Amino acid sequence: MAYPADYRYTKEHEWIKVDGNIGTVGITDYAQNSLGDIVFVDLPKVGDTVEAAKSFGSVESVKAVSDLFAPVSGKVTAINEELKDAPEKINTDANTTWLLKVELADAKQVDGLLTAADYEKFTSEETGH
Amino acid sequence: MAETMTPLRKTALNAVHRAAKSKMVDFGGWDMPVDCCGLIAEHMAVRTAVGVFDVSHMGDIQLRGPGSLAAVQHLCMNDASRLAVGQAHYSAMLYPNGTFVDDVIVHKLSENDYLIVINAGTREKDVQWVRQTIGHMPGVHVNDFSDYYTQLAIQGPRAAQTLQKLTSTDLSTIKNYWFTWGQVCGLHNVMIARTGYTGEDGFEIYIPSDEPTSARVWGEVLEAGAEFGILACGLGARNTLRLEAGMALYGHEISDTINVFEAGLGRYAKLDKPEFVGRAALLAIEAAGGPGRKLVGLEMIERGIGRDGYTVFSVEGMRLGKITSGSPSPFLKKNIAMAYVPVEYTALDTEVAVEIRGQMVKAKVVPLPFYKRAKKSA
Repeated sequence: MAYPADYRYTKEHEWIKVDGNIGTVGITDYAQNSLGDIVFVDLPKVGDTVEAAKSFGSVESVKAVSDLFAPVSGKVTAINEELKDAPEKINTDANTTWLLKVELADAKQVDGLLTAADYEKFTSEETGH
Repeated sequence: MAETMTPLRKTALNAVHRAAKSKMVDFGGWDMPVDCCGLIAEHMAVRTAVGVFDVSHMGDIQLRGPGSLAAVQHLCMNDASRLAVGQAHYSAMLYPNGTFVDDVIVHKLSENDYLIVINAGTREKDVQWVRQTIGHMPGVHVNDFSDYYTQLAIQGPRAAQTLQKLTSTDLSTIKNYWFTWGQVCGLHNVMIARTGYTGEDGFEIYIPSDEPTSARVWGEVLEAGAEFGILACGLGARNTLRLEAGMALYGHEISDTINVFEAGLGRYAKLDKPEFVGRAALLAIEAAGGPGRKLVGLEMIERGIGRDGYTVFSVEGMRLGKITSGSPSPFLKKNIAMAYVPVEYTALDTEVAVEIRGQMVKAKVVPLPFYKRAKKSA
């Protein structure tokens, strides 16, 4: 599975790509693969605030529902409206199908997240069991 | 920790599933494929073409001997005296209070020989229950044949065409819920039953459980169905298919806390036969005016998916019961669920609310099953 090197990752399987003070958030290829066919994504509204490591929504596959956790704190500046009608896009390309954009409250929080190499190691340990 | 855990049980096709990179899960102590190539694709293959499932984790109990009919009659709620040799029916083993030990399929193999197919997660409990309940009866031997067979379920409108390529038995002569023995993939005496758990036409075949034979037959079935678009299917699709078809799953719609009438399975309980475990309790429930709660079908009106265990409320906010199975329906493209609610709330179109992550989401009562295949003229 592919994990872009310029993204940062959470142990709850979200990715974030930071550009200036805006972070774009999605779920990882590992997450979409574990969930299977995604049928519904529940996201906050533009203007809502999210808090690092707290749930901001959920993603549902046919089989399961999974909470989404914010990699960083901040204000939601955009959500991916496309996912309302086509949530399955996440299955097709998890790395470019973003969920929301966040205006970072504290850029330093990003440093505490996993690098692509860390994340890859973490998921391989998780599947090793 | 790993050392103290019981290792997961494996079917003879485990290596085949792993080689195919199917997603594996612990299902009632069995290492089984939940998803082979995508649940929705698998589900749709079974509804529109054909799919094949490894159902070897199911258990099989044989009752044999001159006392076998009496034993089946005491043990199961349906009337096995109505079965002809080569016929099967849906039934259940009940506790004395009318709740479920397990739901089963009873096959009449010969005059003195019955095969009871049981669920995977309840195998040990069921076998123990059978031995304890009828072990003392004269003229009946109980054999646990659970590990003797690899069971494959070939399901879908193209199931007959697929399997016909692999057998000399004329499948059109096997009616729904009948079975026969024939040659399949060069194997002799394979039990071929026109049964399944998907709501579609289909067959379940019972072949020897050695690995090379199981893998060969699995491969030949996939090859035979290739022209129809056959897919190897996992337990995920099996669950969404049976949910659409309104079929009960042990531990969900039926259990040792739910009785036959509540589950809507009263038509399979033959109260006119003189005696079976649970009969007195069912008669008492009937005499008291029936059960207070019943299984209903729900369709979500508002956005949201009601999942197993979610609480169902009246629109006024009174707690009614719980969802037993809930999922998006890949074929109907609606979010559906089954739930237990008080009988006053079972009328069609009754609006209720399902609590989904702290929010009340509207749903309504709809008929069961959610999906019924069109009857074919031929």
